[in-house]
Amino acid sequence: METTAVRRRLTWQAAAVTSIARETASVVTIELEPPDWPGHLAGQHLDVRLTAEDGYTAERSYSIASAPNEQLAITVERLENGEVSPYLTEELRAGDQLELRGPIGGYFVWEPTDDSPLMLIAGGSGVVPLRSMLRHRLRAGSDVPARLLYSSRTLPDVIYRGELDQYGDGVRVICTLTRSQPPGWTGYSGRVNTAMLAETVWPASQHPLAFVCGPTTFVEAVAENLIGLGYPSERIKTERFGGT
Amino acid sequence: MDAVDGNAIGGLLIDVFGTEMTAANSTCGTCGTGRPVAELVVYRRAPGTVVRCRTCGSVLMVFVKVHGVTCVDLDGLASLSQLVARGDS
Amino acid sequence: MSPVSRGFRGRSRVPAEEEDRVPPGQHVTKDFPVLSAGPTPHTPLPEWTFSITQGGDTLKSWTWRELQALPAETVTVDIHCVTRWSKLGTQWRGVPVDTLLDQVAADAPYVLAFCDGGYTTNLPTEDVTGGRAWVAFGYDGEPLPPEHGGPARLLVPHLYFWKSAKWVRGLELRDHDAPGFWETYGYHMYGDPWKQQRYAGD
Repeated sequence: METTAVRRRLTWQAAAVTSIARETASVVTIELEPPDWPGHLAGQHLDVRLTAEDGYTAERSYSIASAPNEQLAITVERLENGEVSPYLTEELRAGDQLELRGPIGGYFVWEPTDDSPLMLIAGGSGVVPLRSMLRHRLRAGSDVPARLLYSSRTLPDVIYRGELDQYGDGVRVICTLTRSQPPGWTGYSGRVNTAMLAETVWPASQHPLAFVCGPTTFVEAVAENLIGLGYPSERIKTERFGGT
Repeated sequence: MDAVDGNAIGGLLIDVFGTEMTAANSTCGTCGTGRPVAELVVYRRAPGTVVRCRTCGSVLMVFVKVHGVTCVDLDGLASLSQLVARGDS
Repeated sequence: MSPVSRGFRGRSRVPAEEEDRVPPGQHVTKDFPVLSAGPTPHTPLPEWTFSITQGGDTLKSWTWRELQALPAETVTVDIHCVTRWSKLGTQWRGVPVDTLLDQVAADAPYVLAFCDGGYTTNLPTEDVTGGRAWVAFGYDGEPLPPEHGGPARLLVPHLYFWKSAKWVRGLELRDHDAPGFWETYGYHMYGDPWKQQRYAGD
């Protein structure tokens, strides 16, 4: 089904929460059924609005975790001192309604019509929109070669771990754990740095398209390094989630 | 609190401009650098949203919501251009 | 009104014993949120000055050393941000604005605070005098951190905290009240939290 052109305004709609699955100790994936969802592209996000009984409202944006044409889902990380994320990760239940609007975003999107080698680099919950891209690639039957370099604090913090373990030859998933590694860990350790990127990313000569998402400082350090490795700036798409 | 980028104000920009704008090209009125709106520096924890040039730091856009009405200042931009939608979101 | 989200309460309510210290529409926070409209400036102290100006002329200027040599006070005040958080019992150290304005012969009904990075905010002169305002360089017993306005910020706790301009470099004396940065976009010219004067017309 064709996605409809978005010339209409974004309107809020109350979506039914159909399931909440725990991904890690502080992260959940929420499946949603909005009454009038126009479809979305991999990498887009939606806005969520909560309303308290006294009329007070709080809005936040969350990247869409599902591929286009899959059941709509968002993945939310509970932030310490957060106002909205503690509610979404601890209070919200299946059967509740959640007001949302979307999809939003036209820059940080990937479509399988682009056959450049895909370089996805994620810090923490920055993996969410990139996971949507990988799921879309799979469902679309694309054979675009893809790599995901994913930085997390510890192994239990790796979101979608089981799913990422399943990717075969077409998608190389490289994890680095920055805070601690389990015994026998064969992945990378420590923060993403120039040396790690030089070893793991598609060479610039292959004209890859990079998507970098995560905390602001992470994104900026990675983008700067990619430029140093010869990636043209217009081939690096960035989405910053803000630090704490 | 770190700044974010133009992706974070995608919804606000649709409210103001009536269409997706994060992929639109912006030109800084001070230093002339062009880049997609998504790559601009966004400060949104202030009493309003301030969007700055990533190259020279000049203020390009300010959005303040007062009693439900959004006040928009685009003075710092030399230009903002959007390709005609291809029919997808 | 949009549908109520079951079980959503927003930030915590104000404890009963603090109710009379918290203006309407505010919640109390234990942390100290950092709100900025731009990157944190870093002026080296040997280059830093605080000036009183009028009509384009500098009437008086203090270097960092000269400011530190002035009599300073330690005060404990409650602060209220227009974004709805209040922080009670904050401790600051600084030079009263009275001390600075007393050294200048000129007089004017209004001031415009100006800062590194270009931020400005306007106030009536009587709201920065009479012991109601400081140029503050210490917070909680330590030098004021850059993200909170260090080396020095204006401190005017009886008004919304956007008037307590971070990275302040001086006050311009003015005959007329001219809107500063946020006031230009619709924030209230005066900003009394007890009257919820957040926006123009409130």
